Amino acid sequence: MSFIYKTAAEMASALANKDVSAVDLANEHFARIESVDGDVHAFLHLDKEGALAQAKSVDEKRAAGEKLGPLAGVPLALKDVMAQKGIPTTCGSKILEGWRPPYDATVVTRLKDAGIVILGKTNMDEFAMGSSTENSAYGPTHNPWDLTRIPGGSGGGSSASLAAFEAPLAIGTDTGGSIRQPAAVTGTVGVKPTYGAVSRYGLVAFSSSLDQAGPCARTVLDAALLHEVIAGHDARDSSSINAPVPAVVAAAKKLDVKGMKIGVIKELGGEGFQKGVSERFNEALEELVKAGADIVEVSCPNFEYALAAYYLIAPSEASSNLARFDSMRYGLRVGDDGSRGAEEVMSLTRQAGFGKEVKRRIILGTYALSSGYYDAYYGSAQRVRTLIMRDYEAAFAKADVLVSPTAPTTAFKIGEKADDPVAMYLNDIATIPVNMAGIGGMSLPCGLAPEDGLPVGFQIMSPAMKDDLMYQVGGTLEAALNAKWGSTLISQAPALGAK
Amino acid sequence: MALNYDGVIEKYEPTLGLEVHVELNTNTKMFCGCATAFGAEPNTQTCPVCLGLPGSLPVVNEVAIESAIRIGLALNCSIAPFSRFARKNYFYPDMPKDFQISQYDEPICVDGFLDVEIDTDEGVKTFRVDIERVHMEEDTGKSLHVGGSTGRIHGAEYSLLDYNRAGIPLMEIVTKMIPGTEKYAPQVARAYVTELRDILRSLGVSDVKMEQGSLRCDANVSLSPRGSGKLGTRSETKNVNSLRSVERAIHGEMIRQGNLLENGERIIQETRHFLEESGETRPGRSKETAEDYRYFQEPDLVPVAPDATWIEEIRASLPERPSVRRKRLQVDWAVPDKEMTAMINAELLDTVEATVKLGADPTKARTWWLGEISRVANEKEVEATSLMTPAQVAEIILLVASGELTDKLARAVVEGVIAGEGSPRDVIEKRGLKVVSDDSALMAAIEAAIATQPDTAQRVRDGNIPAAGALIGAVMKATGGAADAARVRELLLQHLGQ
Repeated sequence: MSFIYKTAAEMASALANKDVSAVDLANEHFARIESVDGDVHAFLHLDKEGALAQAKSVDEKRAAGEKLGPLAGVPLALKDVMAQKGIPTTCGSKILEGWRPPYDATVVTRLKDAGIVILGKTNMDEFAMGSSTENSAYGPTHNPWDLTRIPGGSGGGSSASLAAFEAPLAIGTDTGGSIRQPAAVTGTVGVKPTYGAVSRYGLVAFSSSLDQAGPCARTVLDAALLHEVIAGHDARDSSSINAPVPAVVAAAKKLDVKGMKIGVIKELGGEGFQKGVSERFNEALEELVKAGADIVEVSCPNFEYALAAYYLIAPSEASSNLARFDSMRYGLRVGDDGSRGAEEVMSLTRQAGFGKEVKRRIILGTYALSSGYYDAYYGSAQRVRTLIMRDYEAAFAKADVLVSPTAPTTAFKIGEKADDPVAMYLNDIATIPVNMAGIGGMSLPCGLAPEDGLPVGFQIMSPAMKDDLMYQVGGTLEAALNAKWGSTLISQAPALGAK
Repeated sequence: MALNYDGVIEKYEPTLGLEVHVELNTNTKMFCGCATAFGAEPNTQTCPVCLGLPGSLPVVNEVAIESAIRIGLALNCSIAPFSRFARKNYFYPDMPKDFQISQYDEPICVDGFLDVEIDTDEGVKTFRVDIERVHMEEDTGKSLHVGGSTGRIHGAEYSLLDYNRAGIPLMEIVTKMIPGTEKYAPQVARAYVTELRDILRSLGVSDVKMEQGSLRCDANVSLSPRGSGKLGTRSETKNVNSLRSVERAIHGEMIRQGNLLENGERIIQETRHFLEESGETRPGRSKETAEDYRYFQEPDLVPVAPDATWIEEIRASLPERPSVRRKRLQVDWAVPDKEMTAMINAELLDTVEATVKLGADPTKARTWWLGEISRVANEKEVEATSLMTPAQVAEIILLVASGELTDKLARAVVEGVIAGEGSPRDVIEKRGLKVVSDDSALMAAIEAAIATQPDTAQRVRDGNIPAAGALIGAVMKATGGAADAARVRELLLQHLGQ
């Protein structure tokens, strides 16, 4: 059987045992991409040359008996929001068309140093703004479970590449749920670590105080292995945490939640949540009870305002972060025929280069930061943020981790919510509070909704700097569910491709 | 009839406000590790951070924070235990991120003052200039507009951008409104910038070169009709690139505003540019519609929270205030006021002090630096300090004091050192400038002089001592000035029985 269906941990051990070479493994994945990505469209750019060179180098080092990292030779898909030296980095936007960064993001440096083979860059909502990957300027990504449906967003490309077995690992970024919601709707695992756990240096900023890169995988252990590669202090990022990375791999392997208190957030369930989503979520809770955990109900009354506050803070920061796309030095330039001034060329470039949703948020954010409105909008939103943090503090006083469904629904149809931004925004209702408070959040599959047969995501939230707790609970729950089902959920995903 | 300056002052009271931008002389930029040297090839001192490339992040330069604290303490400010950076959002082609990282409502230093002295009709008077804040920010890149007649962006064919300056640490020092300066407003402004510059230089935090732009001054001035108690509308004059220009710009702007008000026109709140040649100002961008910078906290940087002990360590390491030091040196060296001013204006105080510290007599040190060396420097259009070092000058002065050189020989040594012939010792060697202290050599010259002027010699023998001058002169001429005149006189008189 082909290696592509294995987990990253299994691939790593096959590589270590020399059952397969890193070059062969990369080539198998490129073959898979060739056969299915026409349908899925997870990738924006493939870097065969770079990937095979890295794979070859890992094989040579292994042959020479050099000490290698645990994931050396394992392929990975990189969200196109991460700067990679010499490789197109578009953020799903026309405005960055043709830009090849002269430097590597810290995450990329760490991946390369770990011997990980970066296959290519994955599709995303433009500048990570969206929940469906429909906002990509390069066309939507399709959900491997049902090609007529969205793969979530903004990191739909990364999660779809995992569900389509185009890569065993991927990097995502999560500002309001962009790792976790795509994981939920594609039946994969996605983790947003504590804010500051993974360096943001080289992550093209959407909302600096909320953005956080994290691992995407098909299993909790694989996510943990990748987490340990990319996390850790970076002097280039002032918001980076200068403390040891929690032992998440060990936590993922514990398979024990006896005596742990698991808090169910009352406000993140019930009305507005699809019936099958709630059912699967509750069944998963039962598994945790069987494993010895105590369930407590907690209330977070200020979550009601989280979405509104998020849609002030994130667009405000975005309006400033995206100002640099002014056509002066890189990316798209429109209308520079010698007759126009710099400001006019900038204006024409932005008109052509930014998509509708990005423009909507820039305008919203510019307005919210304007003098006379600042206090009412940005100021109030920051106060709500403080209240959300307090809600979490109170909840974590009662429980070790908190849980909720990751998204209120399973994957919706492509085009279904494209003209209704508020309906789209509501998809992130359960993921946004995590970013607002800077804590950790994970989504893992907890079954298929009976009404549509599509994956449902289970969210685990852990206190800041205690990312190991969500891995411990996630690993245990995953094992219990696999035992109950007799197989993994992802093995039920459609085959895709010619065969 | 148009009002002159006195006419304006008769009817209006000026209020000043001064904003000074200082480039720090840190080795690296404010938020990245790029070099900061002035005059490097365009765009050679840049990286993803100071170019504002997508994904890059700023990290604060700790040396810049220390410099900011030093400046704040020297200006009697309180140092905020907690301050933050903010983004100032606006578009300009040479602004890499299209926002500038600055400080807004939480600056690092607040509430200071600086006392300046100026000459008034009633003698020297002290004015206290209150300082509102000192804050940190990053400089922008530089645009060079090519083509077109004005060198401005309008009408230019194309523009060249140099990002070497982008991200250089900048301190903005803002005064509170300065009322009550009356007709001395221009002098107070100049004295303030001068004193500030001297303090910054003594702190070693900046090159403070106005002509290179490492110290820039924006001068705000407004007039209010005497007794009205109402503040007038202010204008802000930029491009004031020398101390003299600070004074002239305010003077010119007061006359302009006074005449507008006199004609019943209103002052527009605007930025004006100082014109070096005419001493007048012309309008820049109008600020009628106040620009909205949409300030908000910089989310990429953590707050600055300097440790209280660190602040005290910095306070303890502050150098003597330049004005205090000047007074002390003037007394120690017994320098007349006029010479002191000359030394300060020539910016040679440090150099003279360094020379004195090496053992030279203060008066001699001053005379050499301000006299011969400055004269040559002016001729060559270079800095006096580029011609000689304090050590070289001190060595020469000490050689004169010990009698090894005469004043005349010393001048030749200075000339040789400036000409690049090596150290004073080298020049003495090469040019053979030693004082002729060998009595037998002198005697030969004395006898030769007597032989050519026997009548004069006889007069001396007869008791006409002053007549010896002619013989001494001849000996000095014969030895090329290398003889010690006193010794010549002694030997001559002895020889002639006197």
